Amino acid sequence: MSDITATAAQQGSPKTSTIAESVIRIAGNSQDGIQAIGGFLARLAGRSEQDVMTFMTIPSTISGGPSIFQVRIGSGEVLSAGDEADVLLCFYDHSYANHISSLKRGGIVLYDSDHVKPNDELLGTYHHIGVAISSLTVEAIGGTGRDKGKNIYALGLIARMFDLNVPKLTKLIEERFGGKDPSIVKNALDCFNGGYGHQIQGLIESFKFEHAVHSGAAQVVMSGNEALAFGIIAAGVRFGAGYPITPWSEVMELLRRELPKYGGTFMQTEDEIAAVSMAIGASYGGRVAVTGSSGPGISLKTEAIGWAVMAEMPLVIIDVQRGGPSTGMPTNQEQSDLNIACFGGHGDSPRVVLAPSSVEDCFYTAIEAVNIARKFSTPVFILSDQAIATRIEAFPCPDLQNICQDISPDFTPVADHKPYDLTAADGITRHIAPGTRVASGKYPVATGLEHDELGHPTGSGKLHMQMNAKRRNKLRKLASEIPVPKIYGATEGHVLLVGWGSSKGPIEEAVKLGRSQGEAVSGLHIKYINPLPENLENLFSGFTHVVVCEINDEGLYGHGQLASILRARYCDPRIKSVTKTDGLPWKVKEILNRALALTK
Amino acid sequence: MSTIAIPNETLTRTGIAATLPAPAPLADADRKPLTKKETAADHPTWCPGCGDFSVLALYYKLIEKRKMLHENICTVAGIGCSSRFPYFVQAHGAHFIHGRALAFASGVSLSRPDLHVFVFGGDGDAFSIGGNHFTHTARKNIKMTYVVMDNFVYGLTKKQTSPTSPIGFKSKTDVGGSTDRPVNPMKQAICAGATFVGRSTATNVNHLLGLMDAAMSHDGFSFIEVLSECVEFFPGAFDAAIPRKGGTFPEIPAEHDVTDEYAAYKLCDEPWPGMFGTFFKVNRPTKNANEAKLITDARAKFAGVPDWQILQKNFDRMK
Repeated sequence: MSDITATAAQQGSPKTSTIAESVIRIAGNSQDGIQAIGGFLARLAGRSEQDVMTFMTIPSTISGGPSIFQVRIGSGEVLSAGDEADVLLCFYDHSYANHISSLKRGGIVLYDSDHVKPNDELLGTYHHIGVAISSLTVEAIGGTGRDKGKNIYALGLIARMFDLNVPKLTKLIEERFGGKDPSIVKNALDCFNGGYGHQIQGLIESFKFEHAVHSGAAQVVMSGNEALAFGIIAAGVRFGAGYPITPWSEVMELLRRELPKYGGTFMQTEDEIAAVSMAIGASYGGRVAVTGSSGPGISLKTEAIGWAVMAEMPLVIIDVQRGGPSTGMPTNQEQSDLNIACFGGHGDSPRVVLAPSSVEDCFYTAIEAVNIARKFSTPVFILSDQAIATRIEAFPCPDLQNICQDISPDFTPVADHKPYDLTAADGITRHIAPGTRVASGKYPVATGLEHDELGHPTGSGKLHMQMNAKRRNKLRKLASEIPVPKIYGATEGHVLLVGWGSSKGPIEEAVKLGRSQGEAVSGLHIKYINPLPENLENLFSGFTHVVVCEINDEGLYGHGQLASILRARYCDPRIKSVTKTDGLPWKVKEILNRALALTK
Repeated sequence: MSTIAIPNETLTRTGIAATLPAPAPLADADRKPLTKKETAADHPTWCPGCGDFSVLALYYKLIEKRKMLHENICTVAGIGCSSRFPYFVQAHGAHFIHGRALAFASGVSLSRPDLHVFVFGGDGDAFSIGGNHFTHTARKNIKMTYVVMDNFVYGLTKKQTSPTSPIGFKSKTDVGGSTDRPVNPMKQAICAGATFVGRSTATNVNHLLGLMDAAMSHDGFSFIEVLSECVEFFPGAFDAAIPRKGGTFPEIPAEHDVTDEYAAYKLCDEPWPGMFGTFFKVNRPTKNANEAKLITDARAKFAGVPDWQILQKNFDRMK
């Protein structure tokens, strides 16, 4: 976006600049519908084949409270929600006071002059545009005295500023509010048109996005939670159980609503333990089931997950991480459940942990998790987080016809069956579901006690060692099958930035920024956390420093959770750690500056 | 975009279809009812004289009487002496964690309505660590039969107080005698919303077999408390209910209206050894039936539409 200064000469009609991308931050209260504005902008970008990424904060209060929604729209690749805003829209004094510093120097602050009194000292730093949004909204919808709809009025203002596609936006508004009372659609359109038609005083420039060059494939726009839930459905899972907890609830709500269409069901249970137990029961019944939660709920599920490891029962566990420990920061981002996902529970209990890197990746990771669970007869964790769960992205519509799976059971009678056969290929257990006839008349038991090959209890130390080895070796086999990640940027250099989960975008952007400044920086994203892919040491060897960037605490010994695992795994003192727990996603500059300072 | 590392290859014996399998017939013409010889597995590890032996023997009898097919028997248990059941029954079974057998069994029952799931356990599993699941499985009326072998003591861990131990019972955790009011399992079950609530003893085998048979026929959550003596840690606990030991076995009178919740509740307060028989039995829609209706209604709009197209409709709306 071109620079704007408040001292620029004002002209009759604003000039139009063509831009490649823009970051718009909307600040208000959570009940003002600011997420709706952001949602419309994101969906419009999706339909215009643009890339989009959003970031939102939600207050953890019961009702209301300050909230923001940030949208970054680009005609090229968008990797993060943006460090600084180009445009700040604020509805209240507190929105102005708290977010003006997130605006880049010379950026535009569009404020509701009915509520916001700008700071005179900042008039020279940012371009201030006041519009009486609240009273104009009331006027636009016929003077009912209520300003409900001011978010849509503000959307109209933004549409004017960015010369957005009005027919497409109108259609989106009709889709969103249609089907209800027709007066609601009319009000919404009146608000939008009111805002769009308003002559913004002091606007010196308007913008037009470059035409996006894309494959032409239709894009879908959704949140990470939605993508996970739809991925689970596409994978063929037809049973799940859960207990409400922020930020996981949205996944279970969607599955509860959608699964019956596919002949499946999702149970809201009395507690987290019942949820995981019920899901394991359904997996035992013959089809992989899903459960999920956020940190506190995962803690409660760990005993049952240990059973699934011992009984080698396939299961998918979604952990939408939030700030911990305990109730912690329920509506903030953190990546601090890596340890519990990998090691939670008593005894030696190897399991699989995957961490999706984007909304699109949430969809595909859900399918992959189901297939790993089936193939290796093991519990699989999906580590999402609050930021990826709530952010909205556009991505190419998946080829559902070829992706959707039917994971039907097989009740074909068998001659004989030993689920825990020690001679099985790669030690991988195959269960037969109840309803399967065994001609020998010897039926297996799924059990949490250490057991023999049929599942009957044993006190033999030798068998315990053999079974422990079996449960561990099958995951070593998995490790040999998972793809080795590729380095983003040059394969040799000064610093390799390593991340996992939702940090992928900001890290790649930090690599781009660093290289543009002449730094020998590259990036590596690790999606398969447990087991780790093979040959990572070869990737590390091209760099003087390996800096793992994680949103968790550096712990007693100065290293974040993944960094600790990598150091233990590779005994490599070049592996260092950059961590934080401020509840917010990484900023690009934050990653780069801290990594460079650490490796000076 | 990321590739799926694990190809969607054909995997045998994992997963079930979108549509549930059709219920299997209870008997095959060419298959004879299973005898104890075919249904007995490991020899029970219980102490000689344990009441649980007779409950196990009656389960074998029930399987034979009901001509259950070997492959359709599904036995689930948690942790405790009585929870060892699945190892002693030659059939599909799962030995789950302490207190959570009902939640596990609910997952089997709801995803596999073609099976009738039996859950066996003890008083600690049912009323202490698993109390929450007992309440909610009963409330939701999830179809299964739950047989609790109540011995009033923790036997597996060698004599600690249980939630049904009477006041004054001396255990390793209450050396001076228990002071906590014991759970009344019948009251608990009726209050929670169980739709079949019965009580018997391990020693009155005909009575218990009749009750287990009726429970299996019940469409809903059926619960039976079986007084089953722990000869090692609470010997003689149920002598008052055993006629050959000088006790009485007071049966619920035939005129008792099993659908009358208040009458049933009153029966629960009869003096020790209490009453035996069916306290309460009503028909209320099961969770299984309610979910099946949800599925039928939801699928009505998508008759003949493959799953991927249903999902495609959702995705089209998000374009």
